[in-house]
Amino acid sequence: MTSFQWQSLVPILPEITMAVGAMALLMVGVFRGDKSAQLLNILSIGLLLTVLGLILGITPFTLTTLNNALITDSFSQFGKAVIAVGLMAALLLSHRDLREGVMGRFEFPVLVLLSGIGMMLMVSANNFLSLYVALELQSFPLYVLAALRRDNAQSAEAGVKYFILGALSSGFLLFGISLLYGFAGTLDFSLLAGTLMQNGAVPGAVIGMVFVLTGLAFKISAVPFHMWTPDVYQGAPTIVTSLFAIVPKIAAILLFLRLLNGPFAPLTPDWIQIIIFLSIASMIWGALAGLVQQNIKRLLAYSSIGNMGYALLGVLAASPEGTASVLLYMTIYMIMTAGTFAIILSVTRHGEGVESLHGFAGLSKTSPAKAYALAALMFSMSGIPPLAGFFGKLFVFQSLLESGFYIVAVIGVVTSVVAAYYYLKIIKIMFFDEQQESFDDAPSSQARYFVAALSLAFVLFFIVNPNVLMATTRIAAQSLFG
Amino acid sequence: MLGFPLLSVLIFLPLIAALLIALLKGEHVAKHARAVALTASSIVLILSLYMLVHFVPSQPGFQFVERAEWFPALGIAYHLGVDGISLFFIVLSALLTPICILASWESITMRVREYMVAFLILESLMIGTFAALDAILFYVFFEAVLIPMFIIIGVWGGARRVYSAFKFFLYTLLGSVLMLLAVLYMISQAGTADIPTLMTTMFSPDVQIWLWLAFFASFAVKMPMWPVHTWLPDAHVEAPTAGSVILAGVLLKMGGYGFLRFSLPMLPDATEFFTPFIFALSVIAIIYTSLVALVQKDMKKLIAYSSVAHMGFVTLGIFTLNQQGIEGAIFQMISHGIISGALFLCVGVVYDRLHTRDLDRYGNLAVNMPVYAAVFMILMLGSVGLPGTSGFVGEFLSLLGAFQVNTVVATLAGLGVVLGAAYMLLLYRKIIFGPKVHDDAASLPDLTPREFALFLPLVILVIWLGIAPSYILDRVGPSVQNLLTHYHDKLSTDQSVDESTSP
Repeated sequence: MTSFQWQSLVPILPEITMAVGAMALLMVGVFRGDKSAQLLNILSIGLLLTVLGLILGITPFTLTTLNNALITDSFSQFGKAVIAVGLMAALLLSHRDLREGVMGRFEFPVLVLLSGIGMMLMVSANNFLSLYVALELQSFPLYVLAALRRDNAQSAEAGVKYFILGALSSGFLLFGISLLYGFAGTLDFSLLAGTLMQNGAVPGAVIGMVFVLTGLAFKISAVPFHMWTPDVYQGAPTIVTSLFAIVPKIAAILLFLRLLNGPFAPLTPDWIQIIIFLSIASMIWGALAGLVQQNIKRLLAYSSIGNMGYALLGVLAASPEGTASVLLYMTIYMIMTAGTFAIILSVTRHGEGVESLHGFAGLSKTSPAKAYALAALMFSMSGIPPLAGFFGKLFVFQSLLESGFYIVAVIGVVTSVVAAYYYLKIIKIMFFDEQQESFDDAPSSQARYFVAALSLAFVLFFIVNPNVLMATTRIAAQSLFG
Repeated sequence: MLGFPLLSVLIFLPLIAALLIALLKGEHVAKHARAVALTASSIVLILSLYMLVHFVPSQPGFQFVERAEWFPALGIAYHLGVDGISLFFIVLSALLTPICILASWESITMRVREYMVAFLILESLMIGTFAALDAILFYVFFEAVLIPMFIIIGVWGGARRVYSAFKFFLYTLLGSVLMLLAVLYMISQAGTADIPTLMTTMFSPDVQIWLWLAFFASFAVKMPMWPVHTWLPDAHVEAPTAGSVILAGVLLKMGGYGFLRFSLPMLPDATEFFTPFIFALSVIAIIYTSLVALVQKDMKKLIAYSSVAHMGFVTLGIFTLNQQGIEGAIFQMISHGIISGALFLCVGVVYDRLHTRDLDRYGNLAVNMPVYAAVFMILMLGSVGLPGTSGFVGEFLSLLGAFQVNTVVATLAGLGVVLGAAYMLLLYRKIIFGPKVHDDAASLPDLTPREFALFLPLVILVIWLGIAPSYILDRVGPSVQNLLTHYHDKLSTDQSVDESTSP
């Protein structure tokens, strides 16, 4: 064993910075109390900006560190940058609510940061042990956040539900990992790939993989492991829901990509069937169950289930093109979701956020800008050109067809038409229905308008120059395939 | 050949105007919005006429071509151009938009700014659809049309507007996404989305069948062909007058244009295979929807069903796969665009006065509205296909083409002409001459100068194109000939390959 070298920590400098920063902020919060929640939020955004700078500053060579436990490559760099941006968006959306009241708690930004570290480590994981630790680090702050409104039964229920099902999925994951370890004698991704390559698809390894995928499917809420999503989305405070919707799934999908194209690549014929099932079931259930929802947060939960189905379609291709299409899809989806929540959070009545779908009736008359922005985002979500959401789907389907999954592609587009119905329903309510009760006049926070404006600009103008983002996703995907 | 990118200007000028209107503020927003919209769309019309004048009729290939890289990695480019097939659709879009804006001058009082924005966006998307020479670019324009149209029907429509807007949107979307898959498959095979290149790419006959069906799903809904036409009567009835005009005038033509641009040149074997199927659907559409039109009580619904019947002649003509048939189909589409657009305006005129489309409420309009009666008569006769009007040329050529291929089909379709005459004449007799049922209906004021100005260019075109169809046919002909030569070449090479491989 060679002596420890400090230089070997350079690749994970962003995470270290974030961890140290989060601890420092926690201390500030402990000593100054809840009054400092907004201050901490601003400092956290600053910290994330620094981290983003570090992520982008590190040269994108493939490097491993801490005895191969973590890997940094273009793929993880891309993932971390997107996660950092998503976390910033989530913090910006929350800023106003942290001012006072039940949500005015200094723990909020700190927990978000801690979870963020977990997500970043997840996309860097190169060994099942670091994967598991990162995943748990990501999950625990989220359980707490879901139950942040302790005085509210729904919020507490959401937290408990999320925790129990999350713990169950971790159990599956661990069980799967132990089977794989028992079979291969290693937890290292590349060594495992080598062993699997040599021995072929032996049942023990396949069962282990199935359990690992099950555990991860919980995290991205793919059907049939989606049950927690609608309840947690609805029960959690809206700012927390927006965090759930914007960031964690990116880390989990990226983990899918790294696992399936790395250690599990020799088992491709086996996992393809699982992914086909997960994606078809998610698309169909996400579309059908969304049709009858009356609560916008619940609706968006089903929408996210469906969207994970589309992201998994790109995973199916198991090619650099497919991976690039997933990265693009997830980035576009994250930006659309951030914009959507920015607008939903800014629509209030008697100081409370509007949650029922019909509560949005007549929004186009009182706040046309919000209504048009939300309409554009909804059209984009349903995949209508020329908006960004269309291109996300376009490239996923292209990679899918290139790999020859014709029937899956047909199912995918048909469910996208079904799902279009509920996105249109939101537009219909805002534009065609008459207003019942007036909305609050006071403008919402500038930060939310800022996020909404950025998101809208992206959705509208992605078509003008898509190549920068696309080239980045291609480079990132390429690094995964060496 | 021109110093500036004419097609891009045609596409983006309305968009810029729409942006300008969206940014308008102040008391007189509505007034200014109308003025800007009318000015912009008139400039587009003038530019499109300029394009028409500078179009070289004898050249069958694409003209005014523009090309810029867009997604170079995937072979998708911003590629525009016109040939004889698309030329007149662009002019038609540019002609109908200012007319629609003028037609809504007084009848739309609510959210005028948004209305004008929607129409200008619609215009740029329509022109883009016909000018696109890249399959993905085409799809983007083709599909994006749904957004403004959904809003137009849903916000400014009639009582059942929500139902109709959803039906319109979801029907067309379902068809289109299947087409998208076909386009993506073709791109993955050919390595490019360039339409002229795709036209020369060979696809194996088995694959063609599936691709053809996917395109058919989209174009048949858009056309609309029987039995997927049911969204059209709903959408027409609920849409505001100008929405119906654009819908009937231009949007329905996208289906026929798609068949000519994609199905025929790219998938000749499947086209050959499915021709009897299309003939059957066309004949059913012509006869069945004509019969349905006969019993309608709602004026807009009647004209909507007549549109389905007229589109039956178009599909019939396209799939005769001979010069007369296809020329007839294109002519019929242009003529139908003008006539049905104008007929919806006619309905709009009386609807604005009496706020009902119920046939039974009207009667004896000729007494008080002689000018209206005259205009309506010319349009009605055009729709019936009286020689001397543009409607005759299209139907005649389509039938002529059909007779060369299949006399039974042509005879049955000919029967449709008779039925067409029946329902249109009944409609006309009922509302213009029929007995005076209601005093208010019989005492409506005649056309205002603004309304007259709307009809004038359309009526002149109906007669002029009926007398001198060669203006259009001379420009359409070479492109159609090129299409057919290419079609038969590709078909025969495919067959020779089959023969050589089979023992």
